Amino acid sequence: MESVNELVTILPAIIIGFAGLLVMMLDAYIENVRLVFRTTTLFTLGALGIAINDMFGHSGEAFYGLITYGGTAAFGAVLVLIGTLVTVILSRDYLEKTGSHIAEVYSMILFGTFGMLILVSANNLVTLFLGIETMSICLYVLAGLVKNEKKGVEAALKYFLLGAFSTGFLLYGMALLYGASGSTFLTDIATLDDKGMIYWAGVALLLVGFFFKISAVPFHMWTPDVYQGAPTTITAYMATASKSAAFVAFIFVLSRALPEARAEWGDVIWLFSILTMVIGNVLALVQDNVKRMLAYSSIAHAGYILIGLAAGTDAAYSAVLFYLFAYTLMNLGAFGIVAYYEWHKGLDFTEVKNYAGLGFKQPVMGVLMSIFLFSMVGIPPFAGFIGKYRVFAAAVDEGLISLVVVGVLASAASVYYYLRVLINLYMHESDPGITLIRPGVLYSATLIILAALTIYFGVKPGDLTNLLGSFKGISY
Amino acid sequence: MLEQYIPILLLICLAIILAVSFIVLSHVLGPNRPNSNKLGAYESGMDPIGQARDRYSVSFYIIAMEFIVFDLEVVFIYPWAVRYQEFGAGTFWSMMLFIGILFLGLLYTLRKGTFDWDLVHSRAKKSSY
Amino acid sequence: MELDWYLSLSAVLFTIGVIGVLTRKNAIVVFMCAELMLNSVNLTLVSFSAQHGDVHGQILVFFSLCVAAAEAAVGLAIIIAIFRNHLTVDISQINLLRW
Repeated sequence: MESVNELVTILPAIIIGFAGLLVMMLDAYIENVRLVFRTTTLFTLGALGIAINDMFGHSGEAFYGLITYGGTAAFGAVLVLIGTLVTVILSRDYLEKTGSHIAEVYSMILFGTFGMLILVSANNLVTLFLGIETMSICLYVLAGLVKNEKKGVEAALKYFLLGAFSTGFLLYGMALLYGASGSTFLTDIATLDDKGMIYWAGVALLLVGFFFKISAVPFHMWTPDVYQGAPTTITAYMATASKSAAFVAFIFVLSRALPEARAEWGDVIWLFSILTMVIGNVLALVQDNVKRMLAYSSIAHAGYILIGLAAGTDAAYSAVLFYLFAYTLMNLGAFGIVAYYEWHKGLDFTEVKNYAGLGFKQPVMGVLMSIFLFSMVGIPPFAGFIGKYRVFAAAVDEGLISLVVVGVLASAASVYYYLRVLINLYMHESDPGITLIRPGVLYSATLIILAALTIYFGVKPGDLTNLLGSFKGISY
Repeated sequence: MLEQYIPILLLICLAIILAVSFIVLSHVLGPNRPNSNKLGAYESGMDPIGQARDRYSVSFYIIAMEFIVFDLEVVFIYPWAVRYQEFGAGTFWSMMLFIGILFLGLLYTLRKGTFDWDLVHSRAKKSSY
Repeated sequence: MELDWYLSLSAVLFTIGVIGVLTRKNAIVVFMCAELMLNSVNLTLVSFSAQHGDVHGQILVFFSLCVAAAEAAVGLAIIIAIFRNHLTVDISQINLLRW
């Protein structure tokens, strides 16, 4: 019965899973959306608190080595739960205002989060696969949440078909790795001496599967369509929580299962990193739709993160974790503001030209948007700068100079499309007919906290970087 | 040599007699008031003869979805049923937990009206499917 | 046991699935091809599992079967919703979102 005692090591996941079931039943039998929202927020907050506490605790393996806890896994859980909490809070107002506030959203978000929490602690191909799929299936549903919105359902279909397609590659990769090594445990795969055709084919297919999930070019085709079509707060959820979870799992696979093959996958990731940065940024330049622009920007960010993975040292991995943290904060914020503008029905507030002069109408929202976008560009003193700086520094230490040069140039190009939004917000004449509603206290408070954290960790990153550095290796 | 098969022969005869007599008796004794619904295949469902490209009710898809999901959970119960005695109480209760969660799913889908075939009078009308 | 035969069959099935996903136009057929990919992988897993005399591969097959079922349920729902909105399931005609 030692498994029962080990339950405490995945307590955040258990809380979220229980909350998901509870919320589902509340939705069916009490039908009070407010109650469902409060329950969801409360449980997510509790799970977040426990996950933060776990970061400082000890780490190890549990359930016969199926999962790991503490350290990187706990930090991954924190990233996911921050994303979930903010999404839940922002979704209420956004969905209420756009007239599609249904309680199923919350149970789907919770189940998706459950999958992500399993994913960030996976130490075995079975848990990895289950985590990824639990997450993805919930995201397919969430993308098509608004059933009579043509674009949303279309986004759900595209996401679903390409997701199922990529699952095939991922699973085939796992099957071949299992065939080569005779075990599904990540650490057992690492000890394999005799690497034949089957092993390399498995590694390649597994990488393709992961590239799909983190939307690296050329496997990014679904990202802009899905991010544009899905409800905006759900897009924020996909862009932050699910991507962070996928990246943390990717780190685990690379560092635990394939450390011996680092030279080989290092080169592959090097190539994909350059492709992702260049194509993501170039295509973002020509977008007129803010959600689509942010989608390409998130592809570009995946490219910067891949620089860290290509470097493949512990320092680089901890830099990647910091980057993911900064990325989560600023993307949640930026999508939150876009969602706020979308409350207003008169114009399509995902088109950048309709943002003309909005910055002065609700000054707080305008300032917050500026903070998030400047952080994405990577300008000090925001967290985005520190993230980029640390990833680039770790890559330089490994001699990946060319990669860093491309990264810096790509960031410079990205200034254009981020500033374009701000220029529209502040420099253009506003349409006098448009009045903006004041955002609710909870909504603006959440965004202000995100902005404050973005600045705080940009000015004073020391505590977090020390903590990330203290995770014993990256393994646990 | 073939004598040992006589009981089976008897059983077959008995089955045929019973089947025929039930059909004949119900035709003779039962009231016979046909309408278009009753004359349909299985008194529900689709006409088995005709174009295969007809459109059919979306309710079939929903039942199919429910079926596929609940049906497949059995793959976990089979190996458990074969071996659980060797592993003790923990394994037993984890399966009970699993079935309990499945049961919650069933309660949810019942309440949401997925199984109410008659869409006009059901709660499902509210939630648009 | 001739492992190679099973692996070849599964690779062929997987390729058929990939080609189907890339070339077919009907959303349901595309989805069936994706399911074919998953099932061919299951064949690989089961044959490796028998080869190694290790049950972990078969356990992964159980889970992948269930995932495929859950995906099928969600997929059918999404395809129904697509049909209600666009009155077609031809993916070449569902193109509101493009750059």
